Order: sequence, then C-alpha cells, then structure tokens
Amino acid sequence: MADATLGLWGIPLAIFAGAIRVSTPFLFVSLGECITERSGRVNLGLEGTLVMGAMAGYGFSYLTGSPWLGVLGAGVVGSLLGALHGFLSGKPRVNDIALGIAMMLLGVGLAFFIGKPLIKPTAPRLGAIPFGFFCSNPQLRSALDVNVLFVLGLLLAPALEFGLKNTRFGLVLRTVGESADAARAVGYDVNRVRLLATVAGGFLAGVGGSFLSLYYPGSWNEGLSSGQGLMAVALVIFARWSPQRCLLASLLFGGAGAIGPALQSVGITAGYYLWNAAPYVLTLAILITSSSATRASADMPAELAASR
Amino acid sequence: MQATTESPGLGAAAPRPAAPKTRVPGLGALGPRLEAFVIPLLALVVSFVLFGAFVALAGHPPLAVFYEMYRGAFGTWFSFQNTLQRASPLLLTALCTALPARAGLVVIGGEGAFVLGGLAAGAAGVGLAGSPPTTVVAGMFSAGALAGALWIGAAGLLRAKRGVNETISSLLLSYIGIALLNHCVEGPLRDPESLNKPSTRHIGEANLIGAMPGLDVHWGLVVGIVACLAAYVLTERTVFGFSAALVGGNARAARLSGVKVSQVLIIMCALGGAAAGTAGAFEVAAVHGRANASLVAGYGYAGILVSFLARHHGLAIIPVSLFLGGIAASGGLLQRVFGLPDATVNVLQGILFVVLIASDTLYGRVRYRAPAEAS
Repeated sequence: MADATLGLWGIPLAIFAGAIRVSTPFLFVSLGECITERSGRVNLGLEGTLVMGAMAGYGFSYLTGSPWLGVLGAGVVGSLLGALHGFLSGKPRVNDIALGIAMMLLGVGLAFFIGKPLIKPTAPRLGAIPFGFFCSNPQLRSALDVNVLFVLGLLLAPALEFGLKNTRFGLVLRTVGESADAARAVGYDVNRVRLLATVAGGFLAGVGGSFLSLYYPGSWNEGLSSGQGLMAVALVIFARWSPQRCLLASLLFGGAGAIGPALQSVGITAGYYLWNAAPYVLTLAILITSSSATRASADMPAELAASR
Repeated sequence: MQATTESPGLGAAAPRPAAPKTRVPGLGALGPRLEAFVIPLLALVVSFVLFGAFVALAGHPPLAVFYEMYRGAFGTWFSFQNTLQRASPLLLTALCTALPARAGLVVIGGEGAFVLGGLAAGAAGVGLAGSPPTTVVAGMFSAGALAGALWIGAAGLLRAKRGVNETISSLLLSYIGIALLNHCVEGPLRDPESLNKPSTRHIGEANLIGAMPGLDVHWGLVVGIVACLAAYVLTERTVFGFSAALVGGNARAARLSGVKVSQVLIIMCALGGAAAGTAGAFEVAAVHGRANASLVAGYGYAGILVSFLARHHGLAIIPVSLFLGGIAASGGLLQRVFGLPDATVNVLQGILFVVLIASDTLYGRVRYRAPAEAS
C-alpha cells in the first residue's frame, strides 16, 4: 500500500487522516468557546490559552513522565487563564473582547517565557505512534490511527449538546446567555455562571493545546500555534453555537488545513503556501455567508448580541 | 464598544468624577481629563509591580531588571536610537487599531497590513527598477499604503455591508496576508540568489531611503509622528472625525442624524490600513531593501497594545510608542545581562495590556460628584 500504488487516491486519504489530526485542537477550543459563549461572553484569549496549554502539557509530561498528566496539567493551566478572564470581565465596564486580545498576548508571552527551557528536551507523547505528516509513504493503516484525544472530543461534543439541553446547569447557562436579567430575577449569580463557563472553556482550550505539543506536531516550540485558537472562535459562529456542529465544523477546517500537506505528500508543491491559507479563507468565506448586516443569527445567545 | 466610549461627545456631556481609589487631591474637580491620565498611570505602576514579582519568581532581582531596562531603552544615546527605531513602526501600526476604534471597531489585523505593505513596496521597488529614485520611492510608498488600505478596508467593508465581525475577519486577513507573503517570496517574486532566506529582489542601493541626518533612525519616525498628529486632527477637530465618534457611540443614532455609517467605517479602516501598510513599506524601503519573512516581526500586534494603551488617541500614541519601543529595545540587554528569554518583553506587554483593560473598571466608578473629596 505504498504511496506509489495509491497514486492520486493518496490525496483524499491524506486529507482524511490530516483532517482528524488537524481538527483535534480546533474541536477542543471550539467546544470550550461554545460553552463560554453560550453563557453570553466571548473569550478571544483562547489563542493564548492554547499556547499555554501546549507548553504546560509538554512541561508536565516531561516532568512527570506521563503524557496524560500533561493533558490534565494543560487543562488546569487553561482553567486558571479562563478564571482570570472570567473574573476580570465580570467587573463593570471591562470589555470581554478587548480583555481577550490582552489575554492572548499575555498567554503567548508567558508560554514562550516559561517554555524556553522546554524546547530541547523530549517529553513522552500521547499515542506513542511516531507519525509524520510529511511521511513519504502514507499507509491506509496509519491513516486510520486516530488519536485518543480526538475520540474523547468525539464523545464530548454530543455529551455537551445533551448537557446544554437537558441538564440543570445547561439550562442555567443558557438562561444567563439569553437574558442576564431573567437569570438574575430567578436568583442566579450571572457573573459566577459566566466565570464557571469561562473556566470550563479554558480547560478544554488547554487540553486542545496539549494535543499540539503531545501528539501533533508533537514537540514544543514557539511556532506551534498559528491562530487555531482564534479560528476556533470564528468556527463557533459558523457552528451557530451548537457543540455537535462544532465537531463537523472542526473536521471541515481540519480538512481544509490538510489539503496543502496532502498535495505536497504526493509531490504537488505548487501553491503550498497558498494552501496553508485555505482554513483562513474558508473561515472568512463562511463568516461572510453566515453573517447578516441587518440581523443577528437566531441561534446566537442574546447576551452576546448585546455586548457587541 | 467599551474601549471607545471615551469619545469626545460622551466625555463632554457627562463629566465623571474620579475613582476614589486613586486618591489624588482635586481629581473630582478636574473630572474625566485627569481620570484619563491618572488611571493609565496607575495601571502602569501596577503592571510593573506584577512584572517585578514575576521576574523575582523567575529568580532575578526586579530592581536591577528595571534599571537595566531603563538603560537598554533610554540610558545611552545608542539605546535611545534603538528605542526610536522600534517606536517608528509602532506609531503607524497603532493607527491601524486606533482609527477604526474611533468608529467603534476593534481591528487587530495590523500585522497583515504591515506585511502586505512591505510586500507591495518590495514588488513595486523591483517593478520600477531603472526609474529615477524619487519615482521608485514614491511608487513603493503608494503601493504599500494602498495594499494596507485595501486589506483593512476589506474588513471594514465586510463589517459595514455584511455585519462580519471585524476583529475576527481582520485577524484572518492577517494570516492570509502572511501566507501571501510566503507564497510570493518563495515563488513568483523570489530572487533566485536569496538561498537561506527567500526574498524578493533587492530594490537597489540608490532607492534605499537612508537614515535621518546625524541619526541612525529612518524617516519613518517623522512620518509616524506626522501621521499621529494628522489622526488627532482628523478625529478631534473635523466634522468627519466627529461623525466617526458618533458612529462609535451609537451607530443607529448616527444613521438617523444623517451620517453615512458604512462610509465612515470603511474610510476609517482603510486609513488605518494605509498607516500600517506605510510602516511595512518603510521596513522595506529603509531597513531591509527587500521583502521577506523578516517583515513578520510582531509590529502589527504591538501596535494593538499601543493603541489601547493610548486609548486610541492620536497624540497619546506618540509617547506610548516611545515607551513600548523602549521596552522592546531593552529586551536585548535583559537577555545579555540576566539571561532572561526574549519573551520577557512579551510578558511585560501582556501584563500591561491585561491590567490596562482591567483598569477600565475604575472609570466613573462613582456616579456622583463627591464634593468632600474634591479639595
């Protein structure tokens, strides 16, 4: 089943395998952002959280020798960043979007600072299958090697969808996101619910970051993230604030991101850098088609529309 | 948006007493003007305390770090020139966030406009090779400014016509712009002789605009300061600037009073993009002589911070750029003296930014004048 025998069929195969790989961080960050936005708040700082998660995941995995402790550590660090965002944007007159931009810079700066000594050492990774994107012999079997985090995300998306619809906390979360006044009138602490939602979002974004350093690309360096955290925020808009649609959207984005490398793997290098821009172009195109100048999307949490 | 509620109309209509936490005598009497000065200053002090604690945790003496930072930024003539060099692109990239912010938009795509401005200038420089230097330089700057204006103007257009969130679209456009740069310098515009670092062809030594006489700083500094002054006049002293503030305060009210909201949004974005594109053009025309990946140096992102720190005010951008240019310039010395990583300055910038945004909560915290406090 070498590349040569697969011929052009290698391209869709590589895109399929790549879609799963590339989409995993998108999936976790977008699920996290979905929770946060359903509570009526936007956390643009998840890009910083993602990078911090990647660094922390790698660091914890290196120090403890267990990649799963790394994933957990990344989630905890992500929650802390989420807590900072949630706490500060709960203060009156603090803009959650501007704060998100600030947290993005802070997260990336902190990760580069603390992660400096982690660039050289090798930490135990997730999955333990050495699997290169630029493998010259992509095989069907290895293409079907799905990382564990993706499977977790696959289960998490419908679980969150169910949780939002059918659990008490889901109901409270949606109430806070749709009308803070109504939630307050029933006696819920709006800021506390949003803080929790932002912490949960930060946790998932941190886990998504750990995927970058612990599975694919699978090492820590300063060029690890290229805006996945922010694209995931755009992805939530595209997914119309539904966790299950986040899953589909992540796969779509992952597939778009995998086109360039997939073409390169069969020797088509023309426009490689342009293909790298495919996910961004796709996001932009989706934003343009799904936005409207006159009205907000019906699925959009009403408190989000108010804050924008 | 929160960040732009400091528009002149609002400030004049409702004089706000100062936050009691700042405890400056006479603050209540002076109202929002002094508040707009004291609160950022307070945020600055808090940021440096937090940064000092962070550095101390990392095992370095904070006071010595601060002293070295001062030395690296303003201590010697050499370091001050370094600061000026780093401040000049910030003056222009800050406008890319500040001008749209006057109309209520949060644009964070300055990096893309900067990079494409550089690429367009590099391409124009190569395309006009053989013409007299004045023509080449004029062509380069027009191309750079135009590229930036089109890029950010597109984000404004999408916002005005389709309601696309400009924060996300401008950032996506940034990434697309960087991909375009990579594509062009690796492919169609590549100088075959640039092996290690793919670049466009050199624009020619004769077309390089040199440093200002007696200095090591290029003319971008002067252009940046002039642009900031022009931005101040435009936003604070013209009808157009006032209508932009109106749009930023309440777009529906602006529309009802006859302001062409879409037009204002697009023009403000395009002007901001042109400023960032010009900064990129300077980077090529005065520093590198060719467009390559060195353009992606984070000047666009730092510009966002400058703009927010200056509260999107044209005049305030000038000292804030110098200040942040100084922080950036001091990074090298921190690396050499303490072995601190180069990301140290990014940490300080991040802390500054977060504390500054958080300090917004102090504005107008007291709703009524407290005469007892206004001594």
